[in-house]
Amino acid sequence: MTAGAVMRTVLLLVLVAFLVTPQSFAPVFEPLTRYGAPAIYAQGSLVDITLSHLGITLVATLAATLVAVGLAIVVTRPFGAEFLPLSRSISHIGQTFPPVAVLAMAVPVLGFGTEPTLVALFLYGLLPIFENAIAGLSGVSREVREAARGMGMTGWQRLARVELPLALPVMLTGIRVSAVIALSTATIGSTVAAKTLGEVIIAGLTTNNTAFVLQGGLIVGALAILINDGLMALERLLRRRNGLADTTAR
Amino acid sequence: MIEIDALTRVYGTTAVVDNVSLTVPRGEICVVVGTSGSGKTTLLRMINRLVEPSSGSVRIGGEDTRGFVAYQLRRRIGYVIQGNGLFPHHTVGQNIATVPSLLNWDKARIRARVDELLTLFQLDPEDYRDRMPRQLSGGQQQRIGVARALAAEPEILLMDEPFGALDPVIRSKAQADLLAIQRRFGTTIMLVTHDMTEAMALGTRIAVMDAGKLLQYAPPAEIISRPATVFVDALIGSGDRPFRMLALQKVRDHVEPGAAAGLPIDEEASLREAYAECLWSGRDAVPVVRDGALVGRITLARLTALAARPQ
Ligand SMILES: Nc1ncnc2c1ncn2[C@@H]1O[C@H](COP(=O)(O)OP(=O)(O)OP(=O)(O)O)[C@@H](O)[C@H]1O
Ligand SMILES: [Mg+2]
Repeated sequence: MTAGAVMRTVLLLVLVAFLVTPQSFAPVFEPLTRYGAPAIYAQGSLVDITLSHLGITLVATLAATLVAVGLAIVVTRPFGAEFLPLSRSISHIGQTFPPVAVLAMAVPVLGFGTEPTLVALFLYGLLPIFENAIAGLSGVSREVREAARGMGMTGWQRLARVELPLALPVMLTGIRVSAVIALSTATIGSTVAAKTLGEVIIAGLTTNNTAFVLQGGLIVGALAILINDGLMALERLLRRRNGLADTTAR
Repeated sequence: MIEIDALTRVYGTTAVVDNVSLTVPRGEICVVVGTSGSGKTTLLRMINRLVEPSSGSVRIGGEDTRGFVAYQLRRRIGYVIQGNGLFPHHTVGQNIATVPSLLNWDKARIRARVDELLTLFQLDPEDYRDRMPRQLSGGQQQRIGVARALAAEPEILLMDEPFGALDPVIRSKAQADLLAIQRRFGTTIMLVTHDMTEAMALGTRIAVMDAGKLLQYAPPAEIISRPATVFVDALIGSGDRPFRMLALQKVRDHVEPGAAAGLPIDEEASLREAYAECLWSGRDAVPVVRDGALVGRITLARLTALAARPQ
């Protein structure tokens, strides 16, 4: 195992230990509390909150992936090329519009809870996935595309057997960026009553308890690092399989 | 058989292929030569409808290609793309199996075919089947490109500069392989090349193109002895003509009885090789052998006569 892999494993173990038995970490956080306030967040199960946080991130990222990749496929087909500028501007608007503003606007329509958060994260996540999917699909070499056509593949077969597999590593970069952004942005969902780790941070802010703020932040940070590294490892694997990077000769 | 009838392709206002008609009889090799941009690739790609003709028609085996669904037509026609275009994410075996698996051949049949082709191209299936294209040399990649085009046993094979990136030794090896395979399966081939020597070595007929027009379509000997235009003449290279004539024929057909001194030459050698041997060793005649046994000789006088323009 490399040093990086060792550190990631340690990080994962510490994170799981903390989530399952948070009280055993109380001595670590005690110095950050004042006036005998609790050192460990106990208004809800940290495991439940973390799973809910991850679930919201996952659903929003998956939805953004489906829509953005779908759009990218359409606009890279001959019949869809004219929609490229339009879809570009839509996904750019999604990115520039602050998620907080989306939340504020979505609440009157969707009410408090998970839904407005999902909408905000979804919109915010579209652009990186869309741009990377386009880059991936148009990065497939002309020769390879022509060969696929010349061999007698139908449009769908070319997409499924050649273009998507070759574009996948680049697409995955966009998905990774979006997932990590969604993971940290999801914390603001707590302001509209979505069950996310933002809850822990906000509890800390309102009661002036630095230990809570730090706990919430550290869990989100650890998750972000693990997810980012995991997806990067997957990208490397796919790139190698696609013959895009050098591997040691057999 | 490929029948091309008044085929034209216009881009903007330019006819990139201009009213080309030619027929490649079944089992023959038509080699298309011409300068860069003369429309060779476009002509080839109109046959499998990767480019749709502006006007004119193509028939393969007597059937108009417009009667086919384009992708089904392409599965019947082998295509070797300029610059190989192997799928980098598929193994060598999967690459070769592309068309058979599109045609839903069963697994055992596909596997047998892949191994047969690899063996045919002198690549050990055990070693090469599961390699990725990047783990092959350029020459091996090109051979896999040809194997992929041949996989579904097409009656027609289109090849766009298939041996472009090969060194001269591997190149003549690849040409010999292609000829052997072509004879074995009776494939009708249309092949594009820049190399006149390759064209002479492979073509039963040579099509010379310039600026979209077909200038001449004739067997190699006729192209050399009666070039239709100055352009065709220049393409052959007037200084090379006698040698190209000699290169077209084999010693086998011109053996005379009698003896000669020195190292013998095999009857399968070309007249050009025999001529070179005479000049280089300063002999007036060279002994000829078949399977190592003496069968006669070939004389410098005969070779000189054969190198002259046919009357
Ligand atoms: N899709 C296209 N749109 C416009 N012009 C094209 C297109 N495809 C080819 N051409 C033009 O048609 C001409 C013939 O191209 P083609 O590829 O058939 O030449 P070629 O004889 O194969 O050349 P080379 O030997 O360099 O491969 C060129 O001038 C090229 O620029
Ligand atoms: Mg060309």
